[in-house]
Amino acid sequence: MLADKDRIFTNVYGYQPWNLKAAQARGDWDQTKKLLERGPDAIIEEMKASGLRGRGGAGFPTGLKWSFMPKESKDGRPSFLVINADESEPGSCKDREIIRHDPHKLIEGALVAGFAMRARAAYIYIRGEYIREAETLFAAVQEAYDAGLIGKNACKSGYDFDVFVHRGAGAYICGEETAMIESIEGKKGQPRLKPPFPAGAGLYGCPTTVNNVESIAVAPTILRRGAAWFSSFGRDNNKGTKLFQISGHVEKPCVVEEAMSIPFSELIEKHCGGIRGGKDNLLAVIPGGSSVPLVPAAEIWDAPMDFDGLRAVGSGLGTAAVIVMDKSTDIVRAISRLSYFYKHESCGQCTPCREGTGWMWRVMERLRTGDADVGEIDMLWDVTKQVEGHTICALGDAAAWPIQGLIRHFRPEIERRIAENVREAAE
Amino acid sequence: MADRHLEPDTPELRARWGNFAWTAENAAKAKEIVARYPDGRQRSAVMPLLDLAQRQVGAETNTQGWLPIPVMEYVAAQLDMPIIRVVEVASFYTMYNLVPVGRFHVQVCGTTPCMLRGSDDILAACKKRGMHKGHTTDDGLWTLTEVECMGNCASAPMVQINDDNYEDLTADRLDVVLDALAAGQTPKAGTQEPGRHTVEPLGGPTTLKDMVSANHDYRKEW
Repeated sequence: MLADKDRIFTNVYGYQPWNLKAAQARGDWDQTKKLLERGPDAIIEEMKASGLRGRGGAGFPTGLKWSFMPKESKDGRPSFLVINADESEPGSCKDREIIRHDPHKLIEGALVAGFAMRARAAYIYIRGEYIREAETLFAAVQEAYDAGLIGKNACKSGYDFDVFVHRGAGAYICGEETAMIESIEGKKGQPRLKPPFPAGAGLYGCPTTVNNVESIAVAPTILRRGAAWFSSFGRDNNKGTKLFQISGHVEKPCVVEEAMSIPFSELIEKHCGGIRGGKDNLLAVIPGGSSVPLVPAAEIWDAPMDFDGLRAVGSGLGTAAVIVMDKSTDIVRAISRLSYFYKHESCGQCTPCREGTGWMWRVMERLRTGDADVGEIDMLWDVTKQVEGHTICALGDAAAWPIQGLIRHFRPEIERRIAENVREAAE
Repeated sequence: MADRHLEPDTPELRARWGNFAWTAENAAKAKEIVARYPDGRQRSAVMPLLDLAQRQVGAETNTQGWLPIPVMEYVAAQLDMPIIRVVEVASFYTMYNLVPVGRFHVQVCGTTPCMLRGSDDILAACKKRGMHKGHTTDDGLWTLTEVECMGNCASAPMVQINDDNYEDLTADRLDVVLDALAAGQTPKAGTQEPGRHTVEPLGGPTTLKDMVSANHDYRKEW
């Protein structure tokens, strides 16, 4: 098990105050000026060496992403850092804990990351439903300004850097980076076509990098303790520590920071009190938030919880939001409810997603009750394949994958419902 | 999205809201909000200003608040943008109420992680008290909405009522919260599970135990 001294988010449960004084006593904002004195390129190199992959779901190497930003502005356009705190993926509840209990890790990270990518300011886009969390974040940002840590001559480094908080208002799609940029610009959150990529033309047409809260908040600790320390956890290509969020049918749901690549069984038994009703009662797990396909009990039990380990079982790490389902679960309903979620959250821009999410949900509801023809299972599979990959953003894919996972692993269950329904009708 | 509609623009609505303007306090807030964005990009402030307007309407009507068309026009004028661009934003984002709501907006999360932990019971408990999805009770106290994942999955099931979350609910615990709100009290927000602090495993954390009683500095052990 990861030692407490190697945990980054030491106040994740909020037993201690979030304020600046308490955060500094825990080690935040400790000679940040010295970190900045290493220079932007050295910071980016250290981040690359740490092996940190983006914590928002896609897992793109964070240091590499920062390096795409222009080193100097040739046309006078400033650069921006946008921090994605629009945590809305069903199952995900980690950024909330960072923001309400350790906000200064995020704000210090914003300065360090912003400096490394030569950004003029950071906008932290926090989901609208995190009302109290946003209040904490606004207050923490104000504390940092008042202490001279951000703003003009941030940390007496000679670098001017602003941090602004922008609240969303209830749209999952704004977690997609270009939809988020549209939203900050005061528009509907509908994703943009890429290219141009945000690093070329993002917020207000300026070079922009969008990073997840956790990716940014771990940066100062990585720089302080060194890339070698961070990369000593986890398997190759899956380095570091990670906040796991375990929900559903475990004895004790929780959020916990662990080393990447921890086996599923260890995560559940050490921190969550095991599966409700015991190991044999496990049916399936959605290991990375609603967008990734489910994994049946037998395949997940020994799987390492990291990007490659979960890809190997046909799923993904996503945000490390682990949704556990025991044998009491109506598995078709559980996935159908996710289909409803995607129907609700489709922004309406691309036809395959706008029409497809509603269509898929309606068929899923009929499969749930068995009021369908067996041939419709294959038809549904075909439609998911027509939605997947045919939309501007990944919401279409995200709506398709959970259904594909269900059909792949639980086809007999769906067929059983249809057969029983037919039999009942005959009687 | 498709099932959201605007309250009809009637003479009565105009009479009630046609003179909407910021209170002195909100005027200062609005100015501070617009200053967060670069010059010429004041349109970026449309979301926070709509939120501010909804809250002001809420304060005037003793409800969670909503956005009548004249109020949206006021915000559009403040930001020098066409009204249709404001309506687009207000109708796109689900937290803007387009029709009047009650004193308390009971938003029950029904997405899979909450569903697995018993959100059906929570919705049933709401219905037992006379609430129906998408409606406000006759006494004007409760508006019930089933919402999508609120990001409280490790302390599910949950409801958000106006600005506060109530987590780790059962039907009985929800009744206690709703009774307290109806009686004008302020129930404790957050987890309703006795002995639980936030999102640590029930019964006490498995990690970072030193943090429970003191603001421990782990750097000495690095």
